[in-house]
Amino acid sequence: MTTGGATAADTEAAPPTASGATGVAPSPVGRHSATGTKATRVIGVLALIGVPLLLLLGLVTSPEDVEMGDSVRIMYVHVPSAWLAYLAFAVTALGSVCYLWPRTRSLAWDRFAGASAEIGVLFTGLALATGMLWGRPTWGVYWTWDARLTTTALLFLLFLGYLAIRRLPAAPEVRAKRAAIAGLIAFVDVPIVHLSVEWWRSLHQGATVARRDLNAELDGTMLFTLFLGLIVFTLIYVWLLLHRARQLWLEDQQLDTSLDAAIAERRRESGLPPAAAPSTTGAAT
Amino acid sequence: MNYAQYVLPAYGVVFGAMAAFTAVLLLRGRRLGRNVADEDKPWT
Repeated sequence: MTTGGATAADTEAAPPTASGATGVAPSPVGRHSATGTKATRVIGVLALIGVPLLLLLGLVTSPEDVEMGDSVRIMYVHVPSAWLAYLAFAVTALGSVCYLWPRTRSLAWDRFAGASAEIGVLFTGLALATGMLWGRPTWGVYWTWDARLTTTALLFLLFLGYLAIRRLPAAPEVRAKRAAIAGLIAFVDVPIVHLSVEWWRSLHQGATVARRDLNAELDGTMLFTLFLGLIVFTLIYVWLLLHRARQLWLEDQQLDTSLDAAIAERRRESGLPPAAAPSTTGAAT
Repeated sequence: MNYAQYVLPAYGVVFGAMAAFTAVLLLRGRRLGRNVADEDKPWT
């Protein structure tokens, strides 16, 4: 920590830059790995092995569908994208509940919720895009105001709104509380999306794998490829989530540091003695 | 392959977006990580 005679306080007290922004000088101490750990490296390697395998099975080996032809290959990226959107928003809801629950309240939950929502928005967008590309050869149109498509588009917009709320300027605790409430409200749409094909007449096909009678209506190779896609995408999600949550911790640290530096600068300008010890624990809670 | 004009863009969009998101994440994480010593990071 103190290698080279510098301490974290040196970094925290970094003066504003010439442009007026409160800059944070890179710390001269220690090694500087970013947001990776051994666990994320293992997950990353597994995902990197899985992606070419999925491409091979999805684009080459798996058979074409009797009715849909080769367009069925879009299923191997469309369904995992939709699955990840559900998973990511469920994690956002869980993180929101844990933040709002007084016994488990911690900004770490808020960061996980925020990181997961960003990934969820990405994969909802991908599910919509791949769905449109699959819809054109299957239904004859890229888009129709079908119940499943409409509720999914609404889900995308709701979580975009959630991300916008997270960016509103506020103290971290205020931001976290606002975001947690918004996240829980937005999550209500997830079961509606899933059940929309049962509740309303829909062009979108119903469940082919996650059926109540547990009898998947898919050829063996197709089913295997689909499950491989689900596993690979889930690995990618976990990898992205861990990295993004850690990055949000670093961003909170930087915000604390910049604020401390700005306060120190104002005190110096006013001729006041420097504060005893700048707070750096806010982001860690 | 029939419907290649739909299948290939679908794969391209998915893996392209994931690759772009990952690249941005890694670059930004690396930049932010420089400001904090490893010992202070809860995950190290």
